[in-house]
Amino acid sequence: MSGIIGKKVGMTSIFDADGKNIPCTVIEAGPCVVTQLRTVDTDGYEAVQLAFDEKKEKNTSGPLKGHFAKAGTTPKRKLVEFDTFENAKSLGDTVTVEIFAEGDFVDVVGTSKGKGFQGVVKRHGFSGVGMQTHGQHNRLRAPGSLGASSWPSKVFKGMRMAGRTGGDRVKIQNLQVLKVYTEQNLLVVSGSIPGAKGSYVIVDK
Amino acid sequence: MDLIKFVEEQAVTKKESPSFKAGDTISVHYKIREGNKERIQIYQGVVIQRNSVGNNETFTVRKMSNGVGVERIFPINSPNIDKIEVNSHGKVRRAKLFYLRALTGKAARIKTRRV
Repeated sequence: MSGIIGKKVGMTSIFDADGKNIPCTVIEAGPCVVTQLRTVDTDGYEAVQLAFDEKKEKNTSGPLKGHFAKAGTTPKRKLVEFDTFENAKSLGDTVTVEIFAEGDFVDVVGTSKGKGFQGVVKRHGFSGVGMQTHGQHNRLRAPGSLGASSWPSKVFKGMRMAGRTGGDRVKIQNLQVLKVYTEQNLLVVSGSIPGAKGSYVIVDK
Repeated sequence: MDLIKFVEEQAVTKKESPSFKAGDTISVHYKIREGNKERIQIYQGVVIQRNSVGNNETFTVRKMSNGVGVERIFPINSPNIDKIEVNSHGKVRRAKLFYLRALTGKAARIKTRRV
C-alpha cells in the first residue's frame, strides 16, 4: 500500500478510447515529503509520515518547525501516515504522482461536504409519507413511528433520526486513474470524490 | 480553474468543424462500432441549439423520423464524429429554437439564408 496526499481541483469530462465521455475528477497530488518513519522498535508499528502543501514559517509552531527541520524541509500544512511503502523510504524523500500509472485502480479518502442539520429524508433516504391528500397535511417528510409502545418502552440505540449530515470521512474505492501529468503534479481519476474543491484528499493504491 | 482547463486541453483533440448555428440544417457523420466493425451513420436535421463553451460544447440536432420528433445531442469534440456537413443556412431570430418542438409540417419550416 502506497499513497499520496492531494487537493481536489474540480471535475470535468474526457473522452476515452471508445469515444465515450467519462466524468472525471482532477486532483493536484504531491509532491509529498517523508517527514517521519514509524518503526516497530520506537512506535510499535510501521508507517511512513508524508507532508504536503507549503505553509509560512511564521504560522508554524515551534515543535513543528523542529519536526520539519529534522526532515530537512520547509513547513507543510497536511501530515498523514501511510502503511509501509513498496519501496523503502528514508527521511526527506519526496513522493510524486509517478507512483501511479494510467489504468491503476485507487481508493480516494476525503471529508464530505457538510450539509448542516438535515431531516431523515435527506440524511437516511426515508421516503416520507408520499401523500399530500387523504387527510394528511403537515407530515410530508416526517420519520413516522420510532418503535412500539409498552414494550420496549424506549427508543432503541442507533434509531435513524434527523441530525448533522455530511462532513464525514468518506472513502471511495476502485476509481480508475485516467491520466497522470507528472510535470503539473496532476492526477485524473474517473468519477467523483468526496469533499469540496480545494479540500485535502488521500489517494491510496 | 486553470488546472482543469489544462486537463481539458490535453485530453481533447480539437477538430476543425465548419461554422454553423441554430437554424442550420446539417448532416452529422457519426461512427458506430458493431462488434469490431465500424460504419458511418448519417444523421441529418436542424440544429436547435449550441450549448456551453470551450471543450465541453455540445449541439442539439432535431429531425422528424416517421412522424416522431427525434433530438440528438452531440459533443462537438466527440471523437466519434467523422465529419459535419452544413446543408443549408437558416434564417432565424433566436439562438435556441425550442419553439420548433410544438410545430410540425409546413409550420416547422425555416427560411434559408444565402451566405
